[in-house]
Amino acid sequence: MSTHVLSLLVEDKPGLLTRVAGLFARRGFNIESLAVGHTEIDGLSRITVAVDVDELPLEQVTKQLNKLVNVIKIVELDPDQSVQREHLLVKVRVDNTTRSQVLEAVNLFRARVVDVATDALVIEVTGDSGKTNAFLKVIEPYGIREIAQSGLLAIGRGPKSITERVFKN
Amino acid sequence: MSTDPRPVPHPPANKPAAARMTGAEAVVRSLEALGVTDVFGLPGGAILPVYDPLLSARSVRHILVRHEQGAGHAAEGYAESTGKVGVAIATSGPGATNLVTAIADAHMDSVPLLAITGQVFSTLMGTDAFQEADIVGITMPITKHSFLVKDASEIPGTIAAAYHIASTGRPGPVLVDITKDAQQAELDFSWPPKVDLPGYRPITKAHGKQVQAAAQLIAQAERPVLYVGGGVIRAGAAAELLELAETTGAPVVTTLMARGAFPDSHPQHVGMPGMHGTVPAVLALQEADLLIALGARFDDRVTGKSELFAPDAKVVHVDIDPAEISKIRVADVPIVGDLKDVLVDLHAAFTGIVGDADRRAALATWWDRLDLLRAEYPLGFAPTTDGLLAPQYVIQRIGELTGPEAVYAAGVGQHQMWAAQFIKYERPNSWINSGGAGTMGYAVPAAMGAKVAEPDRVVWAIDGDGCFQMTNQELATAKLNDIPIKVAIINNSSLGMVRQWQTLFYDGRYSNTDLQTGHDTVRIPDFVTLAEAYGALGIRVTREDEVDAAIKLALETNDRPVVIDFVVSADAMVWPMVPQGVSNSEIKYAREHAPAFSEED
Repeated sequence: MSTHVLSLLVEDKPGLLTRVAGLFARRGFNIESLAVGHTEIDGLSRITVAVDVDELPLEQVTKQLNKLVNVIKIVELDPDQSVQREHLLVKVRVDNTTRSQVLEAVNLFRARVVDVATDALVIEVTGDSGKTNAFLKVIEPYGIREIAQSGLLAIGRGPKSITERVFKN
Repeated sequence: MSTDPRPVPHPPANKPAAARMTGAEAVVRSLEALGVTDVFGLPGGAILPVYDPLLSARSVRHILVRHEQGAGHAAEGYAESTGKVGVAIATSGPGATNLVTAIADAHMDSVPLLAITGQVFSTLMGTDAFQEADIVGITMPITKHSFLVKDASEIPGTIAAAYHIASTGRPGPVLVDITKDAQQAELDFSWPPKVDLPGYRPITKAHGKQVQAAAQLIAQAERPVLYVGGGVIRAGAAAELLELAETTGAPVVTTLMARGAFPDSHPQHVGMPGMHGTVPAVLALQEADLLIALGARFDDRVTGKSELFAPDAKVVHVDIDPAEISKIRVADVPIVGDLKDVLVDLHAAFTGIVGDADRRAALATWWDRLDLLRAEYPLGFAPTTDGLLAPQYVIQRIGELTGPEAVYAAGVGQHQMWAAQFIKYERPNSWINSGGAGTMGYAVPAAMGAKVAEPDRVVWAIDGDGCFQMTNQELATAKLNDIPIKVAIINNSSLGMVRQWQTLFYDGRYSNTDLQTGHDTVRIPDFVTLAEAYGALGIRVTREDEVDAAIKLALETNDRPVVIDFVVSADAMVWPMVPQGVSNSEIKYAREHAPAFSEED
């Protein structure tokens, strides 16, 4: 099995997420991550879903998703042909002796400190899952208090858009 | 067949562009505009507004059922006997959940069903209000699509969209849940409304290159089989199938859902495949070098252990639903399209390749093999040993005395299998049953729906004593609405198919399958007096020499429903049979009787 990233262009209708998530559960497919947001077109949302399946079941997932009336288009994004990012907010315990070491890690990873307290920092990291995981590993010894992580976001490289040719009549 | 184009729904002439009306009136007007003439339903609080304009509707007949499940199955029977959309209406909460079984059934068998339910006031939704149920959520996995309408102005467009989705592409059930306030609010009604479904574009026209590749495979095959599924019936493509079959000379098997898609009397028909299929049909698939799957979905009841199914065959798979292709068995040539068009294209491509060459000669060895199987293993049944009626005989006589123009609806179980085996089907839509879901209780309401759709045809419900007791309340509906269906209860006093498995796989330990309705029991209920209580003609048949007279009396009685209680042997079993979870090559012709040559390889 391997991770595949699917981008779904969907109508922004109530219950849409339930339909998509329900389909995965019902057909026995595992979602690794899911991210939903608006697109440049009013009324359309984009779901990025990372799913861990073999090639043949992946074809089934795609076909079944395509049958959902509110799903307009599905594209599988090849890691080489797309930009893939995760967004991570992490709260790390710090004191006077560890603060500078953590800040050094922040700099090395080109992460950002977004909140400062006397005994903790909230750090924001953006990158592919390799980078976010590596960062977590580095700061783990200092004491991670809390993590909030987005699902994977992905977009194809080059000038083409997922929304083009969708509403051409 | 008439050359007239199919009537397209259109608004009545001289109608003003937009009329002010309530959402409830718009529901009825939309149905009228779509050409819906019959709906089945039962009112309740949250759908009450719709029932008021229904009372004065000119072109929509509402048939009041006794249970919403009956409305759902009646709408299915209506749809399955005609290809039209069946419509069922129920109230919120339990009314809607009572429709769930029928919706699931329609989903499994691709039946175009429009279910309209009332929902509590939008302001009360989510508060656990009286008779509130999230029916859109509940039915999400078992509908083709569903809508929640909270705004009156969306009613015409939503009903039109639902009707369109239910009836096009691969048909299926669509639910429209309408809040009570949307039914009560006013809107400007205009027809046709704008239907915008950017994510719904069923593929109908197949890829030319794939059709060509399929034709090539058919032309080269030495042992081809046309594996015909219910999709041929839903596509209305029986005539196109006949033409392709006769040109290719290939044997045809019709699945449980496809009985009647190809005439049983046709010499190329080798029977129904699957767990209770004929030996020639099952082994034809097993030994084939090419399966041409047409609107079939490689159901486990057809394939047996799917890894061992048709091991030497290449597969051409035609279906309008891309998700069916390569779901169970990887297709060598996948074709997505409407069978009505694809079969014509396939025929043209095939003729283009073989020209006038006689394909039958090329398949002579294959036919020799199949003819041998047909001669050796015809469909048949053994006489009973307890002196009671053989159920197969009763069902066979019903078919013979009634003929192929009738509609036969079955419940689920042994009687269903016997009705699929021993009635000869010659035309599509003459056999309706619950194939995928296996819903006991389907027959009586489905037969009722079929009779409403096809009032000039004789409609039989071939039912079991178990099934009948699940939905027999609809006899009241049939009687009061002048829907004279005929019900044949194949009364073996038990849940017969379960009992058969207990006989075969549980050492005859009959746990909870005895219903005590038959011979030498307390007969609770007594089906004859029950029928009479419903104003139907009740007849009991216990001996073979009474069978024909009872069937004839039923055929002559058209002023009320008829219920015949055929008291049959409980020991009769459905044969042939492939035990669950093994290769189809291990088919048993009768108990302890496997075809000798299936063990050769």
